[in-house]
Amino acid sequence: MSELMKTPLNAAHRALNAKMVDFGGWDMPVQYPAGIIAEHEAVRTKAGLFDVSHMGEIRVKGPGALALVEHLTPNAVSQLVLGQIHYTAFLYENGTFVDDLLVYREDEEEFLLVVNAGNCDKDFAWVQQHAPGYDCTVVNESPATGQIALQGPLALSILQPLTPTPLAPIGYYYFTHGEVAGIKCLISRTGYTGEDGFELYCAAGDTEAVWNAVMAAGTPQGLLPAGLGCRNTLRLECKMALYGHEIDDTIQALEAGLGWIVKLDKGSFIGREALLAAKAAPAVRKLVGFKTLEKRDIARDHMAVVQDGQPIGFVTSAAPSPTCGINLGLAYVPTALAKMGGPIQIDIRGRAVPAEIIPTPFYKRQK
Amino acid sequence: MFPADLKYTKDHEWLKPAADGTALVGITSYAQDALGDVVFVDLPEVGAAFGQGEEFGTVESVKTVSELNLPAAGEVLEVNTTLADHPEAVNEDPFGRGWMVKIKLTGDLAGLLDAQAYEALVSAESH
Repeated sequence: MSELMKTPLNAAHRALNAKMVDFGGWDMPVQYPAGIIAEHEAVRTKAGLFDVSHMGEIRVKGPGALALVEHLTPNAVSQLVLGQIHYTAFLYENGTFVDDLLVYREDEEEFLLVVNAGNCDKDFAWVQQHAPGYDCTVVNESPATGQIALQGPLALSILQPLTPTPLAPIGYYYFTHGEVAGIKCLISRTGYTGEDGFELYCAAGDTEAVWNAVMAAGTPQGLLPAGLGCRNTLRLECKMALYGHEIDDTIQALEAGLGWIVKLDKGSFIGREALLAAKAAPAVRKLVGFKTLEKRDIARDHMAVVQDGQPIGFVTSAAPSPTCGINLGLAYVPTALAKMGGPIQIDIRGRAVPAEIIPTPFYKRQK
Repeated sequence: MFPADLKYTKDHEWLKPAADGTALVGITSYAQDALGDVVFVDLPEVGAAFGQGEEFGTVESVKTVSELNLPAAGEVLEVNTTLADHPEAVNEDPFGRGWMVKIKLTGDLAGLLDAQAYEALVSAESH
């Protein structure tokens, strides 16, 4: 087995007695001593601080940058104003996913693409492969970049004293450049938890100083370091997709309920023809949210959805929900069964367990 | 580190034999730490009988599920009903309040580890 990759905060996690796991080749904290439930609740009610330095950053810059990113992604990049961000994807010609990502518009001719850690090499190769003919440079800045995510209702009040940049005017899915604790950062009002919050990008070597400053400022207000365990339960409650679960190279963008990132009328992009065809035909399957009815029935990722003993679909993500207090999941089911309130059955270790399709997101914060 | 009056399995259950031929069974501190926050413990009916190593229930945490295997053959005399409302007792006090079943031993304790051997096993697993 090859050596696990480490973020600049590896020593900090160990000093906090984090439980470390192999996450897609990265040595990452799954939880700290407080535990997944306490960390989850801290993010929902106060704040949590995540190391997301494993995420990949690819910078595309030059006169052809806009055209290249438009070609590679289904969302309307030209609609982004400077300092704005949107959620989008890299799609194959058949409309399935290379990855999902955020696009940051740094300048008229400069974009920062933030991709999943486990897909970063594949994504960088994908962008490079399509770049010839576009007048731009493509640089993988991931190794040089650290990233932490401060998430929760107290995020703004914890971060504001550390920076001269006024944070309140930064809208959701907008960013700016500024200093945090005297260190240059990209300050982004984004996250993967369904709460208000900020993601801070900085030079890899500065990450620990930013982390320590935010921890020191937030701990008196109830901030907890938060691991990948609660990151997963938090995003699941908000029905945010995770590559390898809700989306991958076998699932089309429209099936995943991500029609809102697909702008078919923006002009040509990779995957457009397949998605036009998919839109014209009846959908075969849909991603739905469900709950199991008994406390003991806890569905898990990759379990089968069954009917008369036969698999007819599959669970993409599932867990007991700390916020909702019930056992939740997301699953692909045949369109005919994808009705609100409809009964489905999940195969939990050989038992066909009743479940009910319920509205998503399971959790939505009060604004 | 691990109580000396208990016997252990390689799957991280413990068994505490009493003089009257009964025993308490639970999971170790190492097991609960690996699972994380326990949210549900599925336990058998009183009167159910199991062979050594047989699955008698499951323990569910936020992130995963694990089988519970009986360390020695036995018949279930009692289950820890307080775990239904307080599954976190498995995390907080795995060798005490977090016990899971009380059994009447119907077989021997062959193959179980003592505290020292179990500690060696755990230390090998965590490195």
